[in-house]
Amino acid sequence: MSLSSPSLPNKTGSGGFSPVTAVKKSSLRDRTFSRTLDKVYIGILFAASLTILAIVFGLLLQLAYSSRDTIHVFGFNFFTKDEWNPNTDVYAARPFIMATLYSSLIALLISVPISLGTAIFLSELCPKWLRTPLSFLVELLAAVPSVVYGLWAIFIMIPFVVKYIETPISTASMKIPVLHVGPHAHIELLHRRIFLGDLPIFDKAANGTDMLAAGLILAIMITPYITAVSRDILRAIPRSVREGSYALGSTKWEAIKLVVLPFARAGITGGVILGLGRALGETMAVTMVCGNGMGPFKWDLFNQCSTMASVIANDLGDASGLHISALIEIGLVLFLVTMIVNAGARLLIFFTAKDIQGGGK
Amino acid sequence: MTLSLFRYSKFAAALIIAGGALMGGVAHAQDLQGAGSTFVNPIMTHWTADYRKSGGATINYQAVGSGAGINDLINKTVDFAGSDAPMNAVQLKNAGAPTLHFPDVIGAVPVVYNVEGIPPGINFTGDVVANIFLGRITKWNDPAITSLNPGKNFPDAAIFVVHRSDGSGTTGIFTDYLSRVSPEWKNIVGEGTSVRWPAGLGGKGSSGVALLMRSHANSIGYVELSYAIENSIYYAKIRNSAGKFIYPEPATAAAEADGIKVPDDFRVFFTNSSAKGGYPISGFSWLIIYKNSSKTGDLKNFLKWVLTDGQNSATALNYAPIPKSIREKELAVVNALK
Repeated sequence: MSLSSPSLPNKTGSGGFSPVTAVKKSSLRDRTFSRTLDKVYIGILFAASLTILAIVFGLLLQLAYSSRDTIHVFGFNFFTKDEWNPNTDVYAARPFIMATLYSSLIALLISVPISLGTAIFLSELCPKWLRTPLSFLVELLAAVPSVVYGLWAIFIMIPFVVKYIETPISTASMKIPVLHVGPHAHIELLHRRIFLGDLPIFDKAANGTDMLAAGLILAIMITPYITAVSRDILRAIPRSVREGSYALGSTKWEAIKLVVLPFARAGITGGVILGLGRALGETMAVTMVCGNGMGPFKWDLFNQCSTMASVIANDLGDASGLHISALIEIGLVLFLVTMIVNAGARLLIFFTAKDIQGGGK
Repeated sequence: MTLSLFRYSKFAAALIIAGGALMGGVAHAQDLQGAGSTFVNPIMTHWTADYRKSGGATINYQAVGSGAGINDLINKTVDFAGSDAPMNAVQLKNAGAPTLHFPDVIGAVPVVYNVEGIPPGINFTGDVVANIFLGRITKWNDPAITSLNPGKNFPDAAIFVVHRSDGSGTTGIFTDYLSRVSPEWKNIVGEGTSVRWPAGLGGKGSSGVALLMRSHANSIGYVELSYAIENSIYYAKIRNSAGKFIYPEPATAAAEADGIKVPDDFRVFFTNSSAKGGYPISGFSWLIIYKNSSKTGDLKNFLKWVLTDGQNSATALNYAPIPKSIREKELAVVNALK
């Protein structure tokens, strides 16, 4: 059976390369050789991808191995106690784990509404001439090095926050009437002044270098990631979905709220989890603004804290013996948490992307 | 045309390599790597420049903190470590081979503050400082502070304590002083290059602390004297063991070392010493080397220079030179190095 097709140009055709021709031209020996070459090529690529897996698992094993001392000495107490004392060699990382989660939570609370709003604006409401420059600027935020964010935060963000947010909160007060039983058993109406700064989450005197600053700078840093992913998800939703909603008489906001957002919900959640992954691991900017406090964890927004990443950055140079093992165990915890968060995001996006593409029946 | 250019560049490359080999044949001093204390960094920068100008080796010093410097020395990534706290028992054991400590300057650790309306040179006693850093005294107009400084208008504001977040010899000197003047401090916190601070924010390096001090009102902290002067931060007079309130400067830092007993390995803290006119929070900064190393010759030359010519630049940079008697003992040890 001939391999050539009469309709395809062969030797004399203009610009006439075609796979069929190429295959036909090569001899049997050549073809076996190129098939073997193919197999080798695939083998090399497979080995390269296995290398990445090997690096990840090797890292995991190395972290676990290097922290075996503290795992052995402290066990589960490492996660439940509050003491971190290099002098007496007692290590427990609960303050840092909680601080990392708390600062990431604050970052999400601030960033998600802003990112979502920006993404909705960029995909639904933005005039065409503004769309590209604005998208570009948002993505540019992601490219700024974290040290630069830290510097900006120290010199500009923190003084601003102290002056306009933290001090007003600390000094805000209200007079409330209180019934008081006087010394001669008569009831009088007194006024007592209560301060917003007495609440546990605003307890400490505000100086700017605290948990709130860490949360704020993280919020700024993860906004571009969430915005970019959300905008892409929203743009991928077929027009027919929106148009169907308009056809039923909805306003623009109703279309967004009732139709578009639920459709995109899973993808946006994936984007949020990606941003969370970044917030958990951010080191430099956080350590410059969080205050590096070593005390027990408090829900106080004005309290100086240390996140897992900032403790490792600060202590590693000086550490030896059990101290290093404790720091590596913190690194192990951070690695596992970030891996799980990122894996979860990927799986979520993977399972829901199909829905979007197959949507619009 | 291209071909002859190619031949020409090959010839040029061969010439350069030959020339380099010739130059490499001439013996010249090897580069020295050092790391450690930020306390001594201002004068170390001068020393490395001056030493090279006077014909010595090129020295590269990184101010990563005393603790990190000692770790680098033990891991043999640097040739010498700068530290304001001598190696402790664990570090000496980890070093494996004998090490030598050489005091190169005496420095003062002022208690710095940034309070509006308060001039430089207010008075503090040791236990007031300890209580502030313990978090017991929380406001600037606390009677413990105002009673020492009559006539000054302290605001009714919270004190923001700033300390070091990294392992630091400056912390070593400061906590050694606090442990001597406050039994409560000694019990609760103790001394060391890295302690569990009961209160306050941490800055990375003396420069990090200075930055935090400048940007926060009503703050108090501790840095090395040259950082305070460089950043124009006010500092306090501290009452020494003779009862006098002393202002930190090179003369009083040097005076603190008067009459102390220096052991043969030169590892000693002398905070709160019995010297009458001394500033109580002062200490040595040491250059630490392995006794035997491949660069002993270059290290020996550098140490000799530091202990002789180098001492002349100390006072101008707000350090105090090592007293003559101690220097002579050190030079004897340096000269005995092989």
